[in-house]
Amino acid sequence: MTRSPSTKVLPSDITPPEVFFSRRQAIAAALAAGAVGFAHAEEPQPAAAKLKYSRNAQYSVNEAPNSFEDITGYNNFYEFGTDKSDPKANAQEFRTKPWSVTVEGEAEVKGTFTLEDILKPHALEERIYRFRCVEAWSMVVPWLGFPLADLVKRFKPTSKARYVQFTTLNDPKQMPGQRYQILNWPYVEGLRMDEAMHPLAMMVVGVYGQALPNQNGAPLRLIVPWKYGFKSGKSIVKISFTERQPRTAWNVATPNEYGFYANVNPAVDHPRWSQKKERRIGGGFLAKRIDTLPFNGYADEVASLYKGMDLTKFF
Amino acid sequence: MTVDQRYRWVYKPVVFVACLVPLVLLVSRGFGLFGQSLGPDPIKFTLHWIGKTALNILMLTLLVTPVRHLAGWPHVVRIRRMLGLFAFSYALLHFTIYIVLDQELDFTGLLKDIAKRPYITVGFAALVILIPLAITSTNKMMRRLGRRWQTLHRWVYAAAILGVVHYYWQVKRDVREPLIYAGILAILLGYRLVRRLRKAKPITSTSGSATAPERT
Repeated sequence: MTRSPSTKVLPSDITPPEVFFSRRQAIAAALAAGAVGFAHAEEPQPAAAKLKYSRNAQYSVNEAPNSFEDITGYNNFYEFGTDKSDPKANAQEFRTKPWSVTVEGEAEVKGTFTLEDILKPHALEERIYRFRCVEAWSMVVPWLGFPLADLVKRFKPTSKARYVQFTTLNDPKQMPGQRYQILNWPYVEGLRMDEAMHPLAMMVVGVYGQALPNQNGAPLRLIVPWKYGFKSGKSIVKISFTERQPRTAWNVATPNEYGFYANVNPAVDHPRWSQKKERRIGGGFLAKRIDTLPFNGYADEVASLYKGMDLTKFF
Repeated sequence: MTVDQRYRWVYKPVVFVACLVPLVLLVSRGFGLFGQSLGPDPIKFTLHWIGKTALNILMLTLLVTPVRHLAGWPHVVRIRRMLGLFAFSYALLHFTIYIVLDQELDFTGLLKDIAKRPYITVGFAALVILIPLAITSTNKMMRRLGRRWQTLHRWVYAAAILGVVHYYWQVKRDVREPLIYAGILAILLGYRLVRRLRKAKPITSTSGSATAPERT
């Protein structure tokens, strides 16, 4: 990516969560000493596993990341409820161990693999990506993971594989949101093969240097930064290589509102709201809406994938 | 205490304070009291909170008449104006938050939204309907308008329907809560319809069958 190094926020500039939280606790404690009404201190975070990773500055944007608190407390993960605060509240008991991923369809290497087997050969890297929700809000997130392409290659997709489909766990016992047919469970998402092979598409296992909290799609999720957030499936249990375009969850639910491609595009409004601007989470009452960028700012990298396509039709 | 005194010194002040509770709770969240907050997107949270409060109080306004009939409390109608004015005030506040905080006073964008986005169109229409009702809510206006006052104020039914549609249409997918509002509103309006039909056509052994389907 071509970004001026002088304005780049180095990953080392991000406040590590432990510093972040201790600072907040200090502030909260100071407030508590002064005013009883403000005595609500941050709840201590459960010690999450620290992950080993390197920082990928080339694929990181020069914008300030959102706080760990916002990233892990404001989530759309309908399997755990439709309010933004539901996933954090309802996903704490979610079991991500043991975890396995089934690979099927048009590939030479198929079968069911343990998560450990899936992750073993991949070195983790941190990438600071923009994250744009179809609801016109956005964040900047330091994800940890590895290129999806590297994973896909291991399964040796055949020439028939034109799409790759990602299926989220279907377990209403653990996922209370699945007890209602808000969407047609299990949640299915998918990419065209060339999209999946793009170096920006990422399999994610962590955020802010630690393992992904359950509410963010643990233990394994997708991140496709140039598409609306709903394209990035969470808690993935199945990867299928298909010849036909997958029937993705939101597209099945409301085809006129959510297309298969779902590329971030300020020129194509959602039928019920504008996509021209977005509100960056974390700015409080003074948060100004900012212009939404074509392909969420990744146009230089990915626009060529859609050359010749009518993006108002293939939205 | 006489009925007048009870309303003046007890019931009305209690309702007044109760109607302010949602606003007080919101402000206390804003200051982080009681371990609560407005969350990562305080503008959206505030917008929705105030909007829902407007709808809730509008529903309560429409509940006054059935309670008056069914509970046999003829005087309860005296709190209706206050409820209606609170509903209007919250709706106006909701709209103000939308244009100032959400749309950042982008008036061209706002006009486009009103014209292009059906959920905004109906929400705006509901607010516009409530304006003349609020203006004509004084005793003086009631006297001046006479019988026409009631005809005018029946428009509150349209405002309530549009308000619920506004809520239903802005929800992304999970419509359970808007449907609950729709159900409650259907009961409140259905009650009036049934009562009207029964009054218009007193049930006798022959005409009873004609009105029966309406009452089910």
